[in-house]
Amino acid sequence: MTGATYAYYPGCSGLGTSKEYDSSSRAVCRALFMKIADVPDWSCCGSTPAHTVDHVLSSALSARNLALVESMGLDTVVTPCPSCLTNLRTACHRMEEDSFRDEANALLDAPFKGTVTAKSLLQALIEDVGLEMIAASTVKPLTGLKVAPYYGCIMNRPPELMRFDDHENPVAMDRILTAMGAEVVPFPLKVECCGASFGVPRSDVVAKLSGRLLETARELGADAMVTACPLCQMNLDLRQEQAARAMATSFSMPVFYFTQLMGLALGVSEAELGFDKICVSPARALSLIGAAKPDAGKSSQEARATKTGQGAKPQAQSGGQA
Amino acid sequence: MDAVNLSASYDAAFVDHVQRESGQSLSRCYQCGNCTAGCPYTFAYDIPVSQIMRLTQAGQKRRVLECGSLWMCATCESCTTRCPNGIDVARVMDVLRHISRREGFAARRPVKVFWDSFLDSVRKHGRVFEAGLLAKYVALTGRVWTDLDLAPRILPKGKLSLTPHPIKGRDEMEKIFKRFEARGGRS
Repeated sequence: MTGATYAYYPGCSGLGTSKEYDSSSRAVCRALFMKIADVPDWSCCGSTPAHTVDHVLSSALSARNLALVESMGLDTVVTPCPSCLTNLRTACHRMEEDSFRDEANALLDAPFKGTVTAKSLLQALIEDVGLEMIAASTVKPLTGLKVAPYYGCIMNRPPELMRFDDHENPVAMDRILTAMGAEVVPFPLKVECCGASFGVPRSDVVAKLSGRLLETARELGADAMVTACPLCQMNLDLRQEQAARAMATSFSMPVFYFTQLMGLALGVSEAELGFDKICVSPARALSLIGAAKPDAGKSSQEARATKTGQGAKPQAQSGGQA
Repeated sequence: MDAVNLSASYDAAFVDHVQRESGQSLSRCYQCGNCTAGCPYTFAYDIPVSQIMRLTQAGQKRRVLECGSLWMCATCESCTTRCPNGIDVARVMDVLRHISRREGFAARRPVKVFWDSFLDSVRKHGRVFEAGLLAKYVALTGRVWTDLDLAPRILPKGKLSLTPHPIKGRDEMEKIFKRFEARGGRS
């Protein structure tokens, strides 16, 4: 027994390209008194590649980890990564059926008994910790920052499997960020795919799909996009110049993990939140947070004018001066 | 789309195979086109997903298993979520990929090579080694220009690990894949 409430499954990208998601997730859990313990010697869930090969293999790769959660004496595993989540939840669901469970367990040394539930860190934060606690723990409100929350394609889909939030218009991040003082734009492409794991073999496809997301966020006057997925963040941030070339435009849209902004609002040190790991500099967006406004009424009028006017440009200029 | 002579080319065994492996009833599809309407990848597909469903219903095995769309489906679940008849379309696409692999239709498509390299990395280290995965993909495809433009953006961030993060239970991982292959898996 670990004394923890949740097993924590970081996922492979948490050791590399999404280090800042992992470190900020841990910091947010600590700040909100969520007790997590790492799944010991966890292995890859198999991600997309495994389920495109075979469903039993895919479930076995996830179930090795689910069995490890059982060995911790815990019944819930949280993960920040939606791809890991999908695989863990799919394995739990399919292995409810006896014959499938036997097939998957036959590939493992230690069988999974089926006593574990997997949920996203986002779900645990909004449902278990709760908005009230999150709002009450906010010491540095995100006031002044206008964000487009982007959930990605599989955080909520298919709804029968994921059982969380609305599958066409999810609002969990919107509500958390609003509770912490940010202004949230009504982003219409919340669940449209960013290009997923095609970045390496087909960067042209990712550039087009992510480019559309970036363009829409900019048109809505967002200072930044906020994601809950390592692959989404990488496609939108690391590949932002590729997307700009594909759309014959230029972007300077920082893309945060929601846990980075939460951590900031909760008073976690910036070093732990890894803002320096983001490729597109978030300096301007961060400088907007808590910046004194000469007149609150006037500034909201300006925001409306920006929305109906030329998109983000005028705001980018005024932000640049700030 | 070309005309298809159904009486000459309907492969009943293929239809049955897809239905059994996916657990989906293909006859429930009435070609409303909702899956294609919501599919973000239609622009990159050679055959739109609703037509893949129709061709599969019609037992057009070769046309379906050879098509490039199977390797451009990201399993974003839009089709499954929006199908008015409750068909898990993404699962059908997954199963078509499985059969395409097993029966040798997938050849050396770059997406497949990338996915296979990913799993090789998982098998070897227990966790994906991102830099090693990219190197292997480049070596197998000869696409040496892949993402070279990104190197100056990501390398200074110090987050792309240049060494793997092996787990202790690597032998367990090897056994998972060995047992899978022993029961006839993997193309």
